[in-house]
Amino acid sequence: MENIKRRYSLAAPTMTEYVSTTPGLFPLPDWAKDDLSDLKGHQKHDLIGGDEGEEIASVYEQARAEVIEGQQDAGLDRVVEGQLRWDDMLAHPLAVHDNVETRGIVRYYDNNNFYREPVVSGDLEFSGDVAGELEAASELTDDLQAVLPGPYSLADLATDEQYGDEAEFLGAIADFLAGEVDAFPDVETLFLLEPSLVENAPEDGTDERASEAIDQVASATDADVVVQPYWGALEEKVYAHLLDADIDAVGFDFVANQDDNLYNIQEYGAPADISLGLADGQNTLVEDPEAIRDRVDWVEGQLPVAEFETVYLTTNTETFYLPYAKYEEKLAVLAEAADLAEVTVA
Amino acid sequence: MSTNENKDQFRPEDHENDHFLLTTVVGSYPKPKWLNRAKELYQDPDHGFDEDDYQEAKDDAARLITNEHERAGLDVVVDGEMRRNEMVEFFAHRIEGYEFNGPVKVWGHNYFDKPSVVSEVEYTDSWLVDEYEFTAEATDRPVKVPITGPYTLANWSFNEAYEDDDELTLALADLVNEEIEKLVDAGARYIQIDEPALATTPDDHAIVGEALEQIVADIPDEVRIGLHVCYGDYSRIYPEILEFPVDEFDLELANGDYDQLDVFKDPEFTADLALGVTDVHVAEVESVEQIEENIKKGLEVVPPEQLVVSPDCGVKLLPREVAYGKMANMVEAARNVEADLDEGTIDIERDTAAPADD
Repeated sequence: MENIKRRYSLAAPTMTEYVSTTPGLFPLPDWAKDDLSDLKGHQKHDLIGGDEGEEIASVYEQARAEVIEGQQDAGLDRVVEGQLRWDDMLAHPLAVHDNVETRGIVRYYDNNNFYREPVVSGDLEFSGDVAGELEAASELTDDLQAVLPGPYSLADLATDEQYGDEAEFLGAIADFLAGEVDAFPDVETLFLLEPSLVENAPEDGTDERASEAIDQVASATDADVVVQPYWGALEEKVYAHLLDADIDAVGFDFVANQDDNLYNIQEYGAPADISLGLADGQNTLVEDPEAIRDRVDWVEGQLPVAEFETVYLTTNTETFYLPYAKYEEKLAVLAEAADLAEVTVA
Repeated sequence: MSTNENKDQFRPEDHENDHFLLTTVVGSYPKPKWLNRAKELYQDPDHGFDEDDYQEAKDDAARLITNEHERAGLDVVVDGEMRRNEMVEFFAHRIEGYEFNGPVKVWGHNYFDKPSVVSEVEYTDSWLVDEYEFTAEATDRPVKVPITGPYTLANWSFNEAYEDDDELTLALADLVNEEIEKLVDAGARYIQIDEPALATTPDDHAIVGEALEQIVADIPDEVRIGLHVCYGDYSRIYPEILEFPVDEFDLELANGDYDQLDVFKDPEFTADLALGVTDVHVAEVESVEQIEENIKKGLEVVPPEQLVVSPDCGVKLLPREVAYGKMANMVEAARNVEADLDEGTIDIERDTAAPADD
């Protein structure tokens, strides 16, 4: 924990860039919900296995094109693939892995959502599933942002029957994710989603290993890496350790918790870039773009910082919780809020 | 043998045994296929099947399933919730202040129309009185009315209008209270409040308790109030739930093969226990002998006077003949256990440090 000095720039002010984006994991368009229900079915064994046939693949392809176009129309600065195939949400990269068995349906954090428990029963060799999705998306946009579960959250969502030791398992997950990232096409940004850092905070020792695991995954790409925890603020020590990782930005869920997030930044500093979760990814109430812009001002006003280089504006969580039309409205609000923030600063 | 007045009001006059293990269901039951077909016709704008026709179909289905419950021998029956689609949607459509914005994912390709509370919730027309009166008319047996509780109604909705979910829960509790008063006026004597969301967010038992206090305010004591909770870690809500102002807890336990039974042994279970004795997630009918063994699990927690026998949860996802088989075997098993209790051939020691009252 040597790095608790403030890392944001206190030098001559530079212009902050406001980047509208999302953490991905979108809801399926309603027509695709219907078509895929019919084609795949409703039961556990009907969920995506990574070996779907042509008909199902083509529905996903069409839905992917639709959500990419939707993000472009909304005016988002970063475009994600949408992760529409991720039936098991953040557990997806393991759920489709050859050496992972999926067992019972288990609760997804504190939500009324469920995923198949992935049980790692063999070596986590290279898969390429997510790289394949990104390859397809990269043909449709130049502003591509990759999304992955962070290693700590992915390990937390899974059960290990192969490695036998918590530290070794986390290391294996980090190796696996780094290998996947290495196979990605060129992307602008990589979001590593780490809700488990909040929801099941690592204890002494594990917090340091979680940071090292994140560092390892982040080092596998030249893209800007944003680590986005959510559903609250990180515990102080967890946050301090996270800053040791070689990442470009940390995300803060200001929808769920303002005080502790501010405290962390004020007390320990932040990287030169920051990601602000300001629109609620789990509520249909659509924020005003002006209100989001005002929250950006408010956060910046609370910090003894000259300027961030980049401020990502995003929903705090994934958006698959929302009805499709409301998710679309949220994207438009984020894009507009980022434009407003640029104007205000200029 | 001590008595339990609240429960014994549902004892049939011609009940064959001295002991009485009340048999009932949680609520939902598979819909006849023709009812789903009727709904499709009703929703098809090009078809002449109109609202009256659909109403008649729902009435027929309610009568049919109520009768099916009678044939299975249940002491207290329900109409199988033939008129309801889903446990939150149904009520949200009847409460002012809710709106619908489209389906959201629960898991895989299972979705539900999660509603949004966009303004103050208000009670307008009754939600369930017609349903109750129809079912009560269709049978001579006592009828139970399941109603989704305010905590679940709040938790499984988007909250756009209230400061937080607790505030929304309490606002909805007032509406549920109003509905239960109307049901009681109409003659209902057995109300079951369904709070499956409690099991998913067990830290919230305090707000559920507060909401229940509001719900039962001014409801006469003889009205039996049950609380149904399922699929959760009960150790996180027990014994706190014993403080809730309800007569009965209806708990899913067969699905986990009673691995959580011990939770309820210490401290002593002071309410009535409606024990889940058949697993609604297994599409095979358990044998009478198996269900007898399950019922006896309940006797490890409460004396026979406090025991009610029921499936784990609503049975609507089972094939209809399997659902019927489970009900019929459950009733037969309950009667067998009653007979054995009468004869004194059941020797089950409750582990709780209960005073010698039986």
